[in-house]
Amino acid sequence: MGFNLIGLIKAAVLNGAPLLFGTSGEILTEKSGNMNLGVEGMMYMGGAFGLAGAFLYGNAMGDAANGFVAVIIALVCSFLAGAFGALIFSFLTISLRANQNVTGLALTIFGTGVGQFVGELMRIKVGGNVTVSNALKDAFANSIFPQAMQDIPIIGQLLFSYNPFVYLGLIMAVVMAWFLNKTRKGLYLRAVGENPATADSAGINIEKYKYIATIVGGGISAIGGMVYTMTIAGSVWNHSALSGEGWVAVALVIFCLWKPLNSLWGSVLFGGLLILYLRLPIAFIPTQIYKVVPYIATVVVLILVSLRQRKEDQPPAALGLAYFREER
Amino acid sequence: MNKKEPLIRLAKRENMNKNMVWLIRVAAFIFAIIIGGLIFFAADANPISAYATMIAGSLGKKSGIRQVVKTAIPLLGTAIALAPCFKMKYWNIGAEGQITMGAVGATLFALKLPKILPSAPLLILMGLSAIIFGAFWAVIPAFFKAKWGTNETLFTLMLNYIAIGIVGWLQGGPWEGKPGSQIIPNFDKKAVLPKIFGVHIGWIFVLLLVVFIYIYLNKTKHGYEVAVLGESENTARYAGMNVGKVTMRTAALSGAISGFVGYMIASGANQTLYAGVAGGVGFTAITVCWLAQLNPFVMILISVLLAILSKGASTLQTELAVPASISDIITGIILLSMLGCEFFINYKMIFRKSNKKEAE
Amino acid sequence: MEHAVEFKNITKRFGSVTANNAVNLYLDRGVIMSLLGENGSGKTTLMNMLAGIYFPDEGQIFVDGQPVTIASPKDAFDHGIGMIHQHFMLVDVFTAAENVALGLEDGKYDLKAVAEKVKEISDKYGFGIDPNKKVYDMSVSEKQTVEIIKVLYRGADILILDEPTAVLTPQETDNLFKIMRNMKADGKAIIIITHKLNEVMDVSDVVAVLRKGEHIATVRTNETTADALTEMMVGRAVKLNIDRLDPVNPQPRLTIAGLTCRDSEGVKKLDDVGFIAFGGEILGIAGIAGSGQKELLEAIAGLRHIDEGSIIYSPEGKNPEELVGKTPMEIKDAGVSLAFVPEDRLGMGLVGGMGMTENMMLRSWNKGKGIFVDRKEPEALAEEVYKFLEVVTPSIDYPVRKLSGGNVQKVLVGREIASSPSVLMSAYAVRGLDINTSYIIYNLMAGQKAKGVAVIFVGEDLDVLLQLCDKILVLCDGKVSGLVDARTTTKEEIGLLMTSVGGKE
Repeated sequence: MGFNLIGLIKAAVLNGAPLLFGTSGEILTEKSGNMNLGVEGMMYMGGAFGLAGAFLYGNAMGDAANGFVAVIIALVCSFLAGAFGALIFSFLTISLRANQNVTGLALTIFGTGVGQFVGELMRIKVGGNVTVSNALKDAFANSIFPQAMQDIPIIGQLLFSYNPFVYLGLIMAVVMAWFLNKTRKGLYLRAVGENPATADSAGINIEKYKYIATIVGGGISAIGGMVYTMTIAGSVWNHSALSGEGWVAVALVIFCLWKPLNSLWGSVLFGGLLILYLRLPIAFIPTQIYKVVPYIATVVVLILVSLRQRKEDQPPAALGLAYFREER
Repeated sequence: MNKKEPLIRLAKRENMNKNMVWLIRVAAFIFAIIIGGLIFFAADANPISAYATMIAGSLGKKSGIRQVVKTAIPLLGTAIALAPCFKMKYWNIGAEGQITMGAVGATLFALKLPKILPSAPLLILMGLSAIIFGAFWAVIPAFFKAKWGTNETLFTLMLNYIAIGIVGWLQGGPWEGKPGSQIIPNFDKKAVLPKIFGVHIGWIFVLLLVVFIYIYLNKTKHGYEVAVLGESENTARYAGMNVGKVTMRTAALSGAISGFVGYMIASGANQTLYAGVAGGVGFTAITVCWLAQLNPFVMILISVLLAILSKGASTLQTELAVPASISDIITGIILLSMLGCEFFINYKMIFRKSNKKEAE
Repeated sequence: MEHAVEFKNITKRFGSVTANNAVNLYLDRGVIMSLLGENGSGKTTLMNMLAGIYFPDEGQIFVDGQPVTIASPKDAFDHGIGMIHQHFMLVDVFTAAENVALGLEDGKYDLKAVAEKVKEISDKYGFGIDPNKKVYDMSVSEKQTVEIIKVLYRGADILILDEPTAVLTPQETDNLFKIMRNMKADGKAIIIITHKLNEVMDVSDVVAVLRKGEHIATVRTNETTADALTEMMVGRAVKLNIDRLDPVNPQPRLTIAGLTCRDSEGVKKLDDVGFIAFGGEILGIAGIAGSGQKELLEAIAGLRHIDEGSIIYSPEGKNPEELVGKTPMEIKDAGVSLAFVPEDRLGMGLVGGMGMTENMMLRSWNKGKGIFVDRKEPEALAEEVYKFLEVVTPSIDYPVRKLSGGNVQKVLVGREIASSPSVLMSAYAVRGLDINTSYIIYNLMAGQKAKGVAVIFVGEDLDVLLQLCDKILVLCDGKVSGLVDARTTTKEEIGLLMTSVGGKE
């Protein structure tokens, strides 16, 4: 079998979808000046609770289960799980002024623990693999477009063959870009992340913006974990399937220079790199080297950004710093 | 009086008395244990018997205690490694990768040399190699930080996964044992750290490191440079310190110790090398180091505590069928609640209409 | 008519320091009030409470006769209060219009409309601001203009300007005052925080004087004099009596020629600077803030990259040495003792989180062989400075960050003098200090001069420079504008040199 470019692009998009959510959520968070290194943990929570939601719904309804409803339930469950993790992070770092790096890492430990615990608990209770019915699986994995559209040569496969989350992610990233750059609240949010003292003196409620951005961002990131579990991992709980996904998402935030629109192609690129070894094996390049390419690319971008010092490409100026009005 | 004050205002607290500080910390710990108990409850386990099982499993018998010590060694060693970096306000979150690279450095000799070298020189060679590998891995981001101000938090983070990728490649490539196994063969006996009181000798090394880093940070010129640079880069330059050199040297020291930890894990605990050699220790150690407020002696306490949790949880899995990942949850809750409680030590809340009252 | 703003018994404390103590003060519309006081007299703190940055511990603020709670800057806006801070409150990566739009809550979000209105305001007052220019591309005065536009855009009718002229050229200052008068005619209440008496007399209708956090008096400008105001400000009539001895056998100590430094953006901060500092003399350096004073001292201390020029150091009884190209450590190792009192005390000269002993170590930490630091010597020195300069601190290990400004400065100057320098440089050594402590510092400088030290003294108060120094070098825009004899020159002459190179209009 020869090399199949369309197949590779398709796979890259599918593998990029979880990253797109993970990254976009973290971009929103970081734009508020919060660096939440708990993405890995929140994605685990999203994956476990998303699956649990769909699974419990499927069990309760039996054959009457509706695929669309299952998708919505999974979305909501994963979002809430991530938002809960981000709420803990926000409370500690914004209200209690704990160090962001350390809190984020503690959240990762907590979140992966919660995710795996929920997954294992379900496995123990069921006594086997935790999964949903094939009909529900299809709702998560199949294209939302009619077969006829998917059958259009080339374009059909490239544009219309994906699961609903790919399109949802696309819309979400575009909406986020619009929000950040074209709305008043977006302007305020960016100001909070760049210069909280200035935003404060302009009468902007900094804590409110940070809380909301971080919580919504955490929820969006967690959806990425659910998307991975339900589509790529085949709707089955696997102990370590999600491992590392959150960190790739954090890397991608840097690679995208904190711009949601960049994350559209960035996630496809990284998604492609993660599976390239399966699709395009080159004899003398070991598979593991493919897997580190996203990280190496991110390091290169990081170095270039610090070398060029272009103002628009820098991280939000107040990223990672706590703000206390009477302390400046 | 029709004056309206905001409901709660914050003010920095100057000095709180020591007893109060510890009371708050103990309260935070108890709070975390209670929340953990609720999770047991949710998982249909009796919280009290669950905690009892954990303590019995970890401290009730010799093998348990040994396991606890074995788990605490890398955690403590890495927390110590990070202390100079954090004191310098250099956010090295790359210990995971530095441990991994240290293990690679040790394995390099462990696999090839047992045929020609006796055990003692071999072990020393492995240790030195691990130190060099770890230090090298840590110096890369420090160099870019010193030269162009490249963000070290994100850089060191990325290097973790590159290091893990390298081991993955070694596992399936050059160092693979049985073809197709993706596994590096076990070390020769000569390349395994000897045991003292049933646990590999690493625990003695770690305790020595505690003393070393305490003296290094508090009594030496290097330690003074690190402290000044951590407070203000301008002051460091003003005092004639070479900021770039100090940054790289400190990162290298940190990486060297982390690398040595990797050596202890590979040679002492696992007796082989695989991609998950660091197993998250590099991340957990960051929180240990921070919670101990860079005090190496307090780090002993915290790392042993976390080790007890982790060993206890694995007993739970076998005896009560509660997933062992509960240890990560409880560890997470303890860390988060301890992080949060520092707020009540550093700030006081002033409530409306009660100016003097402080919230604890 | 009700007063536009009234403070009643306002008290604000920071830890153990009382920044404002029971201040009573009012201001009417159509009036420009100067808030006059020394550094550290609590002017900015008081105004920050009006602007919602701080919240008073005691007392009540009234706006138009109504008691108000100003818990946040937003509350301040709602009462028509706008403050132009000394440190600009601007987001660097935003445009002027985006910065103006921050915090606006009027109807639809339309950046274009904001930009148009900004242009309108800008044209009306002749600001010449491009609404779409990014702040990081702007000059200091442009940034200040954006700040003013921000407040005007919101239609504020109570304006506070915190030392607005510190960063402006004389022309820009005149222009600013013109605008302030226009706004006054418009019925706005304006407060200008300053410590420059000529500006007070020039622009304001009434003057409120603060001293050590207390309101001393409010007087009509046309009924008072600069001397009377000074007296109120410092508490007694000051005749600046500084003992100035004639230099004894001055020898060239530092010979500087053609010194040129650029900042990271390639802008010349020092341009062909040359002069000689003699041992046994105090060389004053005057200039508008940001004319290259800081850069000059840092360049000599080896803390700044030098593009061109030479700095020849001629120690007594030794061969002259070139300092350019040496690191701070090498300069020290070569036996050159440049004691350097930087303007940024806690950010550069001292480590705020450390005690006196460890701060003394900043000079001696690298002494001696071996890997350990010597603590005995610095500890003895800390004791000495503590006793000799009467530093007020609970113990010599108490973090210096928590000491008052004057005590912090004593620690710093004490340490530098203790290293028995042959060149002593200081920048704004008395900034933020009370008069008494300032005099201690002046006398220490004079004492060093008597010992044959070459003292370089960067100051902002011309009266002090005139009475303390032997010669005064005036910097303007990074260039040497003139070198005058402090005994014969006048404030006017120096003022002229500060604003234009060579003093030519």
